[in-house]
Amino acid sequence: MVKLDSKIPEGHISEKWTNHKFNMKLINPANKRKYDVIVVGTGLAGASAAASLAELGYNVKAFTFHDSARRAHSISAQGGINAAKNYQNDGDSVYRLFFDTVKGGDFRAREANVYRLAEVSNNIIDQCVAQGVPFAREYGGLLDNRSFGGAQVSRTFYARGQTGQQLLLGAYSALSRQVGLGKVKMYSRREMLELVVVDGIARGIVCRNLVNGEIEKYSAHAVIVATGGYSNVFFLSTNAMNCNTTAIWRAHKKGALFANPCFTQIHPTCLPVHGEGQSKLTLMSESLRNDGRIWVSKKKGDMREPNDIPEEERDYYLERKYPSFGNLSPRDISSRSAKEVVDEGRGAKGQEAVYLDFEDAIKRLGRKAIEEKYGNLFEIYETITGENPYAVPMKIYPAPHYTMGGLWVDYNLMSNIPGLFVLGEANFSDHGANRLGASALMQGLADGYFVIPYTIGNYLAADKPEKLSVDHAEFENVKKQTEDLTKKFLSINGKQTVDDIHKRLGRIMWNKVGMGRNENGLKEAVNEIRELREEFWKDVKVPGNDKDINQTLERVGRLADYFELGELMAVDALNRNESCGGHFREEYQTEEGEALRNDEEYTYVAAWEMEELGKWKLHKEDLQFEYVKLSTRSYK
Amino acid sequence: MSGKHLNLKLKIWRQSGPQTAGSFVDYQIEVSPDDSFLEMLDELNNKLESEGKEPIAFESDCREGICGTCGLVINGQPHGPIPKIATCQLHMRNFNNGDTIWIEPFRAKAFPVLKDLIVDRSGFDAIMNAGGFISVNTGGVPDANEILIPKEIASASMDAAACIGCGACVAACKNASAMLFVSAKVSQFALLPQGKPERFRRVEKMVKVMDDLGFGSCTNTYACEAECPKGISVTNIARMNREYFLAKVKSKELEV
Repeated sequence: MVKLDSKIPEGHISEKWTNHKFNMKLINPANKRKYDVIVVGTGLAGASAAASLAELGYNVKAFTFHDSARRAHSISAQGGINAAKNYQNDGDSVYRLFFDTVKGGDFRAREANVYRLAEVSNNIIDQCVAQGVPFAREYGGLLDNRSFGGAQVSRTFYARGQTGQQLLLGAYSALSRQVGLGKVKMYSRREMLELVVVDGIARGIVCRNLVNGEIEKYSAHAVIVATGGYSNVFFLSTNAMNCNTTAIWRAHKKGALFANPCFTQIHPTCLPVHGEGQSKLTLMSESLRNDGRIWVSKKKGDMREPNDIPEEERDYYLERKYPSFGNLSPRDISSRSAKEVVDEGRGAKGQEAVYLDFEDAIKRLGRKAIEEKYGNLFEIYETITGENPYAVPMKIYPAPHYTMGGLWVDYNLMSNIPGLFVLGEANFSDHGANRLGASALMQGLADGYFVIPYTIGNYLAADKPEKLSVDHAEFENVKKQTEDLTKKFLSINGKQTVDDIHKRLGRIMWNKVGMGRNENGLKEAVNEIRELREEFWKDVKVPGNDKDINQTLERVGRLADYFELGELMAVDALNRNESCGGHFREEYQTEEGEALRNDEEYTYVAAWEMEELGKWKLHKEDLQFEYVKLSTRSYK
Repeated sequence: MSGKHLNLKLKIWRQSGPQTAGSFVDYQIEVSPDDSFLEMLDELNNKLESEGKEPIAFESDCREGICGTCGLVINGQPHGPIPKIATCQLHMRNFNNGDTIWIEPFRAKAFPVLKDLIVDRSGFDAIMNAGGFISVNTGGVPDANEILIPKEIASASMDAAACIGCGACVAACKNASAMLFVSAKVSQFALLPQGKPERFRRVEKMVKVMDDLGFGSCTNTYACEAECPKGISVTNIARMNREYFLAKVKSKELEV
């Protein structure tokens, strides 16, 4: 019987975390070495957790499917990381960052978690600086800040356009230190394929060694999963090629609830699709919206070159519709607005694209200043498109980028399976229905550096879980189950490739479970996904064997999971008869086309329990908004 | 955007495992000039898979030139003919119809081939584990703005920190030296006040592991800088040599 208990501590919101830290049980420093902790994933959340836990004295086993921990997709984050330092003296505070994040998430996040996130944000910046992260500086030697969407203060810290890289390398260096000291055993080129649950408690994992194909068993006192998001369900997204849902999906199938799966973020500033051969979409940092102006022609089907369209015939639609936030409106609103103008037939030269123009900024600040701020992003753009953005406006279009949904966790970041903790993008907890820019890095590091080191100790001290041997029958069962699945994939021997089928799934998801959703489309999507899934299990082709590197085998398993997750995303979107944040149900909008929430009926987290494939049971966690009063989000 | 398709002949290194001999295999392909180089390989692999053949094993992840996973030697050059980009950022518009393209893995004693175009670069992690960090634990650190860092110093440190750990420097070097990689990390920390307390320990430990793993020595050909996708400068190598020399002198002083 699943029972949801968010375990939000008592007290005023500003005291909850402090009180909770005091009330949690501790483990004596000398006893920590008696506990083994598995950490799956080495991105910001996983690497920071593994390093911090090892520093405390736990024995950590860290797993990544990459060749090195440093490759995790956190590295691609460009723009920056938020913190409530108020170094700019512009009115920022922990409370304001909390307020902005709750509002930005369209009132579908847990207040207590968000407050804690804002509270520890400042520690993150201190920690990263101490590690040697070379953040941008002012001439006086102090840290520099920039602005991001959904905020009217300047609170984003950055390292050129490579903030994610620098933060990840910081966490990776802390992790490397612990590997060198022997406190972390690093398992690279391992993909977690199953969670092992015995008597309802997480006891370990089963992985595939991606080099020799061995299925390996690992046990521990607790398992932390920090394996990122699932945007690649769309096939084309800004996520790295290997990002996948397998670790969290297989945990879901072992009983972990999946929360708000339909909350996906479509990022407004990505490069448009160039053709059928495209394998992945590229993000251009949202920071570009600090100085770039977004526009399309006022005329439908305008095929003129952008520089030939005179000022008075341009529609700077974000500035027009949302004068106070303008080009820095939140991501969901900016993306939907781009889709609207393209649907009206006003896309850039008839394409699915809008312009992001730096002409005014170059006139105002000079080319040198723009180069300094965005030089590397402009280079990326020119390399990919062959066009010079200093002379011709960039063309951008929204693309799947981040998933707010993920495994359900309580305030301690523990799932409903005792001993299974979920951090970073893989959990659902902090961003509600929409994530603000520069908040993903903040959450990943908050979870890993400053939350899990406290809460895991409390679990181990209070629950005193026993460690099982990997010879336990359940480990053997799960291993066998994994090997059988592999054999099945290899034996189908159909006619279609993994990518061809994945592209077809991606099109269903993008068209019907993407930026705009409606009841009919979602019902069609469920049926189409099921039909295609059947076809997949009959007709997919996986060459090679399971005894060495077989990248097709890696991808086919991930795709099998996307088929199931894709259906649940549609089911969740169908259940939520309202529009909020990244979830836009076309039936529920205001006269001006803005998202229309239904707070009466849907102020809850939808946490799904899988009963069998195609049948999920809904558990609701009601959300209370005691501090940020429920209101219509307005950025006008 | 799309121009005429290109017809290309590919000569790709195939090697089934670390212990087996490899060879170049010929493939013919037609691609859009808007495709990236790796999208071309994706299309080729998709075709091979549809024919039930084993696709070409190659690694990539972010496809944005930042994760450092990809790395191919294209027509003899690590990451291909265009300077300052990673393989994943190379686009087919840089090739001509009818071209023959040679594609092979990074080659170095310390980077053994695992399969086809995939090599084992775990030596870089081993060097990092030895000293590629500032020894601070989580928590208990000063406020970020209590450490003043001149803008130029932060910027120079960032220049070095931009390394993506791809290994092109090793592949480009006739001695398979890892000096550019190691010196970039040594420089990033040596330049910053936070990195000063253990600067000598750090450089000694990292250099020792680098040598133990069989990376070659630096003979100042600057091939590494020329092929580095992030333009990491060889001045970092000079800085590391200074740091290393000072470390040796200091450790002698301490012995006295």
